[in-house]
Amino acid sequence: MVKAKGLYKSFDGRTVLTDINVTFETSKVNLIIGQSGSGKTVLLKSLIGLVGIDEGTVFFDDKNIKNLDNKQLKDLHTEIGVVFQGGALFDSFSVIENVKFPLNLFSNMTEKEKIERARFCLNRVNLDDVDNLYPAEISGGMKKRVAIARAIVLNPKYLFCDEPNSGLDPVNSIVIDNLIHEITHEYNMTTIVNTHDMNSVFEIGENIVFIADGNKEWEGNKDNIAQADNKKLNDFIFSSQLYKKIREKL
Amino acid sequence: MKFLILVGNYVIFIKKVFSKQEKNRIFFKNIGSELEKLGFNSIPLVLIISFFIGAVLTLQTAYNMASPLLPRYLIGYLTRETLLLEFSSTIVSVILAGKIGSNVASEIGTMKITEQIEALEAMGVNSISYLVAPKIISAMLINPILYIFSVFIGIIGGLLTGILSGVVNFEDFIQGLHFSFNSYYVVYSIIKSFVFAFIFTSIPAFYGYNVQGGALEVGKASTRAVVDSSIAILIANLILTQILL
Repeated sequence: MVKAKGLYKSFDGRTVLTDINVTFETSKVNLIIGQSGSGKTVLLKSLIGLVGIDEGTVFFDDKNIKNLDNKQLKDLHTEIGVVFQGGALFDSFSVIENVKFPLNLFSNMTEKEKIERARFCLNRVNLDDVDNLYPAEISGGMKKRVAIARAIVLNPKYLFCDEPNSGLDPVNSIVIDNLIHEITHEYNMTTIVNTHDMNSVFEIGENIVFIADGNKEWEGNKDNIAQADNKKLNDFIFSSQLYKKIREKL
Repeated sequence: MKFLILVGNYVIFIKKVFSKQEKNRIFFKNIGSELEKLGFNSIPLVLIISFFIGAVLTLQTAYNMASPLLPRYLIGYLTRETLLLEFSSTIVSVILAGKIGSNVASEIGTMKITEQIEALEAMGVNSISYLVAPKIISAMLINPILYIFSVFIGIIGGLLTGILSGVVNFEDFIQGLHFSFNSYYVVYSIIKSFVFAFIFTSIPAFYGYNVQGGALEVGKASTRAVVDSSIAILIANLILTQILL
């Protein structure tokens, strides 16, 4: 479980997050949705600790990050896997080296064990025979899958994904969504995904938080989002003609 | 005021560079790869430039010593002194500030805008120390070696050109090389090489790490890094010369 309590964040006097209180549950795919600029990336990065928060705190299960010393924070980070929007793979490393990288830093495995573990994770995201390719040599969808493999290589308890299917075609988007969903349940992780992709919302949104202008506007799941009585949410979800037609038929 | 803030941020950055490393084995491995990337790959450039500068120094000195009262061995002497004291330490470092500095600033800047640095931080890695410390240390290790190569090749360039063009003979040139030799000048220049290597890696790393925006900003940071580290080298040269000589 990851819990944000009373989060506030502003940049140069411009408020980006206001009093965010939300609980992201374990073994569920938790989605943070909202328009571009609504504050969802800042919220995600605040949870991870990449962006400092002005007020409030974050709990990782029973650990309040404000009460952790540097060593405990470092240990906590080894329990967190992050998939960034563009994959954030290291350009100078091959695919297998990218996946092995956290193992090099935080495990005492032998080289053989590290390679086996990295290959296992690559297989888990359905990637074979790409070990020695470099990020520049693989497609966008493959990069995202390598990023997921790298994020899960240390068996994290918490998985954060920032718009994991942005820039992907619909087929690859669904592949990535399903992968995140399967991994979450398989490894009993707390997964938090930032997205504005409506397919993701209706496919894998087991818990959904809607953010608008830095405020939490609505919370629910994929089964009740279509019936939500929130104008901002409805304007966001049913902004396209396709979804308007779907809503009429519901 | 802006300048003071910049200097303050640079000092904080340097403090983080030398904080504790993740794992010594990985740290030394990174130093090895940076030695190859920043150091060994710069050897051809340093050798080519040094050879031709040594050659030109010899010719220029010869053409400016038309008086028969001046002994010819002074050609070798002046070529040696110029290479030993200034060219091979200061000018080569300014040239390397262009080559290595732009490489470091653009590499780290690109990592910044493509979230690779955030990926490191998210893993709990001190990204500044992990990325920058090996670059600074490897440049400080290799730059004195490049200095020695540069002096050696510059003198060979001067000697060959002097003999082939007939402005000086072998014996006179060698006599000039031995004339009034002060070994402290080598120590002084090696100290300068250490300091300049620190400057031409740390300043570009600082600019690269603080890039915000896109590819355009990486280019701007790279240019600024080269200009500022070149100026810093020249200022440091003045200060070190005043202190050490």
